Amino acid sequence: MPRLLLLSTAILMFALACPLTAQARDDFAAKRQRMIEVIERYAWSLEAELGARQMDARVLEVMGALPRHLFVPEDRRGEAYADRPVPIGYGQTISQPLIVAFMTHLLELEPDDVVLELGTGSGYQAGVLAELVHKVCSIEIVPGLGERAADVLDDLSLDNVETRIGDGYYGWPECGPFDAIIVTAAAGHIPPPLVAQLKPGGKMIIPVGSPYVTQQLVLIDKLADGRVTTRQVLAVRFVPLVREAR
Amino acid sequence: MIRAALALVSASILAYEVLLIRLFSIVQWHHFTYMVISIALLGFGASGTFLALTRDWLLPRFAAAFAVSAALFGLTAFLGYVAGQSLPFNAPALIWEPRQLLFLLGLYVIFLVPFFFGATCIGLSFLHYRGRIGRIYAVNLIGSAAGSIGIVALLFLLDPVPALMLVASLALLGALLAVPRIEGSRSRGFAATLCLGILAVVLAMPSTWSDPHPSPYKALPRALEVPGTHVVDTHSNPLGYLSVIESREVPLRHAPGLSLNNTQSPPAQLGIFTDADALSVITAFDGDLAPLAYLDFTTSALPYHLLNGPSVLVVGAGGGAPVLQAIYHEATTVDALEVNPDLISLMRDHHRDFAGGLYDRPEVQAHAREVRSFLAQSDERWDLIQLSLLDGGSGGGGSLGENHLFTVEAFQDYVRHLRPGGLVAITGWVQLPPRESLKLFATALEALRREGVTEPARRLALIRGWSTATLLIKNSNITTSDSGDIRGFAEARSFDIAFLDDVKAEEVNRFNRMAEPFLYQGAVALAGEGAAEFMARYKFDIAPAGDDRPYFHDFFKWRSLPEFLERSARAAGFLEWGYPILAATLIQALPLSLILILLPLWLWHQRGVGGDGKVRNFLYFAALGLGFLFIEIAFIQRFILFLGNPLYAAAVVITGFLFFAGLGSALSTRMGAQTPDDARPAPLATRRSAVVLSTSLIAAMSVAYLFALPMVFERLIILSELARIAVSLILIAPLAFCMGLPFPLGLAELSEARPRLVPWAWGLNGCASVMGAVLAQVLAIHFGLNAVVLVAALVYILAAVAFSWPATSSRPAT
Repeated sequence: MPRLLLLSTAILMFALACPLTAQARDDFAAKRQRMIEVIERYAWSLEAELGARQMDARVLEVMGALPRHLFVPEDRRGEAYADRPVPIGYGQTISQPLIVAFMTHLLELEPDDVVLELGTGSGYQAGVLAELVHKVCSIEIVPGLGERAADVLDDLSLDNVETRIGDGYYGWPECGPFDAIIVTAAAGHIPPPLVAQLKPGGKMIIPVGSPYVTQQLVLIDKLADGRVTTRQVLAVRFVPLVREAR
Repeated sequence: MIRAALALVSASILAYEVLLIRLFSIVQWHHFTYMVISIALLGFGASGTFLALTRDWLLPRFAAAFAVSAALFGLTAFLGYVAGQSLPFNAPALIWEPRQLLFLLGLYVIFLVPFFFGATCIGLSFLHYRGRIGRIYAVNLIGSAAGSIGIVALLFLLDPVPALMLVASLALLGALLAVPRIEGSRSRGFAATLCLGILAVVLAMPSTWSDPHPSPYKALPRALEVPGTHVVDTHSNPLGYLSVIESREVPLRHAPGLSLNNTQSPPAQLGIFTDADALSVITAFDGDLAPLAYLDFTTSALPYHLLNGPSVLVVGAGGGAPVLQAIYHEATTVDALEVNPDLISLMRDHHRDFAGGLYDRPEVQAHAREVRSFLAQSDERWDLIQLSLLDGGSGGGGSLGENHLFTVEAFQDYVRHLRPGGLVAITGWVQLPPRESLKLFATALEALRREGVTEPARRLALIRGWSTATLLIKNSNITTSDSGDIRGFAEARSFDIAFLDDVKAEEVNRFNRMAEPFLYQGAVALAGEGAAEFMARYKFDIAPAGDDRPYFHDFFKWRSLPEFLERSARAAGFLEWGYPILAATLIQALPLSLILILLPLWLWHQRGVGGDGKVRNFLYFAALGLGFLFIEIAFIQRFILFLGNPLYAAAVVITGFLFFAGLGSALSTRMGAQTPDDARPAPLATRRSAVVLSTSLIAAMSVAYLFALPMVFERLIILSELARIAVSLILIAPLAFCMGLPFPLGLAELSEARPRLVPWAWGLNGCASVMGAVLAQVLAIHFGLNAVVLVAALVYILAAVAFSWPATSSRPAT
């Protein structure tokens, strides 16, 4: 009798939970759509920085499908699609969606590219990259973060992401050379081994700022002859400051 | 006994204020600490309001109320700190998360409580000893003076948390001293037990609760998340809390702005965090220069390529990286200045072997000095003076944003201390849109103009890498050979030229590309004839800072605020926090003060009690609160250069003002601030004359000091440190003495004519002091320190006028 009661309760709860889960799924999908609309709306004003009138459609398509809330601690999932960074513990945040889109766009990725990420963090950026390129190798220095991100990426069956816990200074030569590198854990300077592991013609991007506010992006181009140039890019449109005075 | 108790509580309150700033600068960011504690000091105003409303009930129970208030001050001072740091307030998230405002409000309330109880002890004493207000105020001021100097000394001996335990214990001792005056043995027993119980709670608090827990978003906690990283050493003094970390598994490798052409990794390093932020490093050194080759790949290495075997003055040496850079480039002598002596002892004692005895090398001299006073006392000249705006070492910038290192007068000092052909080099971050570099450039141009240079632009060079920029100021024109060396240096490291007198447009945006070469365009505009118009139209304030307005880091322009707001949170990173926080503090403090001041008046009006003369008294006591703080804050700033250290300046000036004002207050009893119950009240005319005379003297002296101080300082800066402190106190004494008179004189009059208004006036004075401290900063930023002193003089004259106003009724109020 108690077993029967238990079973019927379980069936009842499952029946009730199914529509709830579906409801939550729809909620997140709607929030995700709004997130993409916010990015698109903002992108028009960044034409000079983007080098185009619009954000790369593939980037938006991937971000519109990837469940960002799964990369955020459970108690913060309601905020996952807001246009702002969200704390993920260890003094880190999951980057603002616009910054993720902007950085990914600037890397001009191709489907057969191999990308290195330094600072896996929540794993969300790696997840976005995984849907766009052939292979992503991501290194995280904080074990708690790296392990959690690896689990989420596994759960999503993003099999083309390899993760590792450790020091990213020497890059990941076995995984490279790389068409693109994202360095979200820059320590004041760009590690020389990373520049060496970047293919000629490749790009590296570094967000500069606090865990809450990305002040600017540094985009590094490795030229065909091995020399490198950098570009300073603002993620905020300012009415030009210097020009108007001329 | 009560006087001793009052002195102890007064000393504890002031010491607590300093300690709270110290502790919360470790836990949070210092701008927010400043705002939270300013608002919390409105506890003084709240106490005045409370006493005004409960006076009749509390007065017969004075000793008990005093003892309980003092005990609760001791308890909440300690628990407030523990509770405050356990709130998950996260300042950087304030722009994103509305709930952070709730946490901020929680901090205000938590810290307001101890100040409320402490101030209640003082206010109660004014009420109880209404015939001896002059003496009571003297005890309060002299006690505060002792607290001010005592806490600075104590923080050299103890870490902030044990110091807080001691301060809370002193307040409890004050409470115990009041116990014998309580009527009834049971009440006395209860009060004594309460005090001892609280003392036991404070002393038994587990250190896991009381140790400072920095915000997880500050640099130190984030560094400690890296496996194998741990704190090996901590050092605390009033200038900062240093944490030395070692990272065994993942080396630190701190080298800001390193060229992408560099292929060498930095050697092993120990990290030094000041107040859990601002990283500086000690680099492993064994005398072999080869592992230091990477130091030639930063923009700050540029001047060494224009000089041979230079003598170098490093300002803000921190963990020694700029000293190593000088040694790598074969400097013949290096004078390393570092304001925080603990940083020098880290290099000399605790980590001497790791640092390879860097500061004990024959060519290196380390000085625990601030550069301006060091230069004022030195006839020496150097080939190179190196300064840095990157985090780490401290050259002497103060905690509230004043900074005498990057003013026009400072640049003039630097240039005058150069040997022929010498260079000043200043390195900062590349910002987009540019701010620091352009302000430095404008400051250099102005300094050279004041030195009589007709073509200052010909003496300047500016280069930028992907993250740092370096400005060179030469004390003669930059030669063609220099230009060649600069171009060669930049080319080899993929740095761009941002300014040279002969720079060509095609060489300014090659390696580190911006949408447009903003830095070059700005520098050219500043060097041209339309500089004033350019600065006026620029969206950040890049006009040079001067010693009268030493706020280099203030880039805020109200005109740009709409654009910031329009871009809301995304633009927050471009807002330097100092000024907006100051404005936010003012915006919050003003209505809160008004509520605290008007609430008792409204309630009295409802009950049909009170009396007239409120406007007159409001003006008088508000003016005194504002004026005192205006002068005190302006003088702290003025004395920084003379005393050579912002900390000493604050300690000496605050202690001096409080102590001599205390003496003034004690003397005020002879001028009518004391009316023993058995004596005739002092004639009103005597009191008025004393107020008018003292306020006039304050106004006259403070204005006279505006002109006299620079001359006195110039002649006497050569004196020893102790002699300069003595001179400072002698200079402060007559002015502060007069500033101690008007408040007790006014309060004495009030206690005779309208005793109900005494606690109200006390609270009003407290609110005005909070407003005064914030307003003085705002005025100084906009109009300069001289303007603050001039306004203070006017405010004191207003006080005299208000006091001379005939009261509309002569009947004694209730």
